[in-house]
Formats: sequence, C-alpha cells, structure tokens
Amino acid sequence: MAVCIAVIAKENYPLYIRSVPTQGELKFHYTVHTSLDVVEEKISGVGKALADQRELYLGLLYPTEDYKVYGYVTNSKVKFVIVVDSSNTSLRDNEIRSMFRKLHNSFTDVMCNPFYNPGDPIQSKAFDSIVSTMMVQAF
Amino acid sequence: MEDGRMRVKCNFSGDQKFLENGRCVSKLESMGFRVGQGLIERFTKDTPRFKDELDVMKFICKDFWTSVFKKQIDNLRTNHQGIYVLQDNKFRLLTHLSAGKQYLEHAPKFLAFTCGLVRGALSNLGVKSIVTAEVSVMPACKFQVMIQKM
Repeated sequence: MAVCIAVIAKENYPLYIRSVPTQGELKFHYTVHTSLDVVEEKISGVGKALADQRELYLGLLYPTEDYKVYGYVTNSKVKFVIVVDSSNTSLRDNEIRSMFRKLHNSFTDVMCNPFYNPGDPIQSKAFDSIVSTMMVQAF
Repeated sequence: MEDGRMRVKCNFSGDQKFLENGRCVSKLESMGFRVGQGLIERFTKDTPRFKDELDVMKFICKDFWTSVFKKQIDNLRTNHQGIYVLQDNKFRLLTHLSAGKQYLEHAPKFLAFTCGLVRGALSNLGVKSIVTAEVSVMPACKFQVMIQKM
C-alpha cells in the first residue's frame, strides 16, 4: 500500500500527485522531486550493463529513514513514482511491479482519451479510482 | 506540379480553394499527431526501452506500421544526419485510389493524417521531427522524416 503516488511528465513537472492526507503533503512533494534526480541517473545508465537499460521498472530508487521510493519510466519518458512506508516490510518487489503495471495501463487509457491533452494535469476519475485502490486507506 | 508534394500546389484556379485545402491538410495532420501520441503509448507499453534514434525509427517501420497498416515499411534509408526516408511500395490508403499516375494531385489529402501519425508517435518517444510525404507513382509513397535537434 502506497503512501504517495506521483506521475511526472517528460518535461519533469507533475501531471498527478496524490498522497495520504494525514501527513504533510509538502514532504511528499519534496521526496518525489528529489527522486527525479535518481530517475534521471538511472535512465542515462552511465556505466550500466545493457540489460538494465532496457527495463521499464527502475526498482528501489533510494530509501530514507521513514520511506522507500520506487520508480518506473515509460517509453514516452513519463515517470511514475511510488512512495511506501518503510515499516511496511511485507511488500515484495513483485507487488510493486504489479502496482506500476496497473498505473501504466490506466495512464495509457488516459492518454488515448481524445478529450485529454497530453501535458495537462490528469483529472480522470478512472485513474483516481485505480490510485485509490493502491493507496493506504485513510481513516 | 505533377509529383503531388504536400506543401506546393499549383493546379487549383482560385486562391480561396488553395487556402481551404491547405487548412484541411494541416488540420488532418494535427489530428494524426494526437492519435499518434495515444497509439504509441499503447504500443510501447510492454516493449523495452529504446537504445537510440535508429532503434525508434526501426520500431516505427516494423511494429508500428504493422499494427496500423498490417504491413511493414518496405525500405528505410537514412543519411545518418537526421533525415530518414520511409518507403512503402503499397500504401494501404492509396491502393484503392489508383495504380499509376491518375489522381496524383489528390494523394496529399490521404497522406496528411499518416504524416501526423508518424510525427505524433515520434514526438511521444522524445524525437522532434517534421514529416512530409511524396508520391510519384501510386500506390507507392515515401515519407521523409527530418529530425529537429532540440
């Protein structure tokens, strides 16, 4: 269960960012912003083996003392960032991967919507509901 | 002009008709652009990341063209300096028009959407380009892609 989910356009501004409202949202915005640097570094793949470069899932970007941040980049250079609670150790890699898959599928649907202009903030209800299923349920 | 280049037309009598045609063609092209963006998002959902520009062009020629037109591009040429020419010897949108030089001047209307499609697909893959099309003998046509350095 994620604590914060963000979708970032290829020009590096957020298209969609949603976090659990009980905690300071600004902190999550900042975490996502700093994780972008790590994403860039992974994409440019300096000195990495060719196999790593071809994958869309980027894995654990960096752990902070409270949270773990995972990243995923699409072929159209749109980045997805998921922040999960560090105390939630039961979340396995496969589950994170499937969360990203669902996000990507939902994002593709948003892209194909003729009323959506690429680059606009995402306001789709369907996308919202997919994200809700993945977020920690707030009381 | 007999070879049907998209941006130059001389066989219409009034300027009005010429402007109208130009506006329609660019409208079609921009529609193709938006559709191309959505399509490429769907097609590249499961493919690994692209290594370089040539990889992107090969994807367009093979997988993208096959998904949209049920066939591949027949010939891809490049000068390795940002210009690619995609040749389709039997373009699906032209096969029913004619099999030679008849109706050559009407061909650009049918190619505008596809040019936009390619431009939109490339733009979403991070490649800014200008795409033009040219027909000399139907149903073969060539799409010229000029990569713009950002």
